[in-house]
Amino acid sequence: MFPPGFEVPAAPFKSVPRGGERLQVASDPPVQIRPPTGASSEPPSAGVAASVVLDDLAIQRALMRIAHEIVERNDELDRLYLVGIPNGGVPLARQIALNLREIAGVDVTLGVLDTTLYRDDRVTSGIRPRLRHTEMPSAVDGRLVILVDDVASTGRTVRAAMDALMDFGRPRAVQVVALVDRGHRELPIKIDYVGKNIPTQRTDHVELRTGPAGGDMEVVLMQSRGAPS
Amino acid sequence: MMGRGLLAIEDLEREDIERILETAFHMKEVGRREVKKVPTLRGRTIINLFFESSTRTRTSFEIAGKRLSADVVNFSPPASSLTKRESILDTAKTLDAMDPDAVVIRHNVAGVPKQIADELAAPVINAGDGAHEHPTQALLDLMTVVEEKGRIDGLTVTIIGDIAHSRVARSDIYAFTKMGAEVRVAGPPTMMPAQVECLGVKSFRTLREALDGADVVMALRIQLERLAGALFPSVREYSATFGLDRAKLRFAKDDAIVMHPGPVNRGVELSHDLANRRPGVILDQVRNGVALRMAVLYLLAGQKRGVGTEA
Repeated sequence: MFPPGFEVPAAPFKSVPRGGERLQVASDPPVQIRPPTGASSEPPSAGVAASVVLDDLAIQRALMRIAHEIVERNDELDRLYLVGIPNGGVPLARQIALNLREIAGVDVTLGVLDTTLYRDDRVTSGIRPRLRHTEMPSAVDGRLVILVDDVASTGRTVRAAMDALMDFGRPRAVQVVALVDRGHRELPIKIDYVGKNIPTQRTDHVELRTGPAGGDMEVVLMQSRGAPS
Repeated sequence: MMGRGLLAIEDLEREDIERILETAFHMKEVGRREVKKVPTLRGRTIINLFFESSTRTRTSFEIAGKRLSADVVNFSPPASSLTKRESILDTAKTLDAMDPDAVVIRHNVAGVPKQIADELAAPVINAGDGAHEHPTQALLDLMTVVEEKGRIDGLTVTIIGDIAHSRVARSDIYAFTKMGAEVRVAGPPTMMPAQVECLGVKSFRTLREALDGADVVMALRIQLERLAGALFPSVREYSATFGLDRAKLRFAKDDAIVMHPGPVNRGVELSHDLANRRPGVILDQVRNGVALRMAVLYLLAGQKRGVGTEA
């Protein structure tokens, strides 16, 4: 059901993290990049408390529930096109696709869409963000595209993903899945399917970690401490 | 060091080269899309400053810049009016006042891109300077070999032709040795730099020895218009001794690939059948050139520094 070469990085180089590596949150920029206005200038390295907010079981349940919601809300399941945003969105999209096959018997198209080249962050010094894999196996025209991301926050990644998607054609509709919605939206973007809402501080960092072969996932919330609350 | 531009492969670390290649492979995917354009460098200006004519390289840089949505301006002053150091510096200062985000420079004198880079806030990309270096050509050669062979480490690469006067040869030698290949060079003695072994290569007088067990064979362009008669007796003799054809290629590995920076002098460096061979690795080099230059522009354009300060 997966497009050929789906799990093979485009570059024969060590570009795409393999299973077992810790996947960096592919969504909104780590908070360190843009310190919140008016917040304390405490550097995030001042001491970080990490806690697991979703374990593998909770993630699997959330992904199954999301698959049911997708079936419930949409008629034309044969037009579905799930697009994972690297890195975290890719294993999530794959799992949702498996769930959809199980509960509705549909084989959905699966794609990978990197948003880095569409981001609005102006980089004027330092190293440019690393590019990640993109693989859109078929045209998106007339399809019901569901973007899948691990952590939603400002909405800038979703905006970039929509811009990127439009360069591949004209989808009939676009919906968005996020495993975690941590708030702090800066753009008028609505997440259609949320695994879990997790209230956070802007200075916190939320990360999806993936075990070997994409299994055994957990979502970790890292809170800076040290600043007197 | 990447922040200061791309002047020579000699300046790069292996990690820099890997980062550029990795980025280039991702850029190649953009070139396969129906809409071959991403908004990454929107509002940025790239100046192509070509003192020496080169349709191929300039076009490649121009397409690369446009695919990233940059505004690309081509500027080709006649080299003759710009041979004095003062006028080169004046040109650099004029350019700087136009506030570009990257400047791509080709010049027939070695070191000019470096000289201009020292005067500019914007990063400078060397598109070939004299017989010094042509870094983007070497990087796209690496990219093509990685695609064909899956690696560089441990390969044997044979470069044939005018090693002494070729900036492509020099950049390729640095690039392939830094990435762990064994590099061999072969050509007439008049075209071999003295002590070429200092660059970490083995030099050979005959193709038979140089090609023995080679994975990659790189034929360099003979500058017929400039060199014929001066450095070798005749084109026919060069072609008979160092021109590559099917018979000579048998000395290399069965799956050896034949590369050429272009344009090919058919019947001189390469026989007609090799120049036309399928799959066309030489045209892959051209294709990869656009992706590779997109990667370099993505990594460098807009990364300004104050003049005289380290980035």
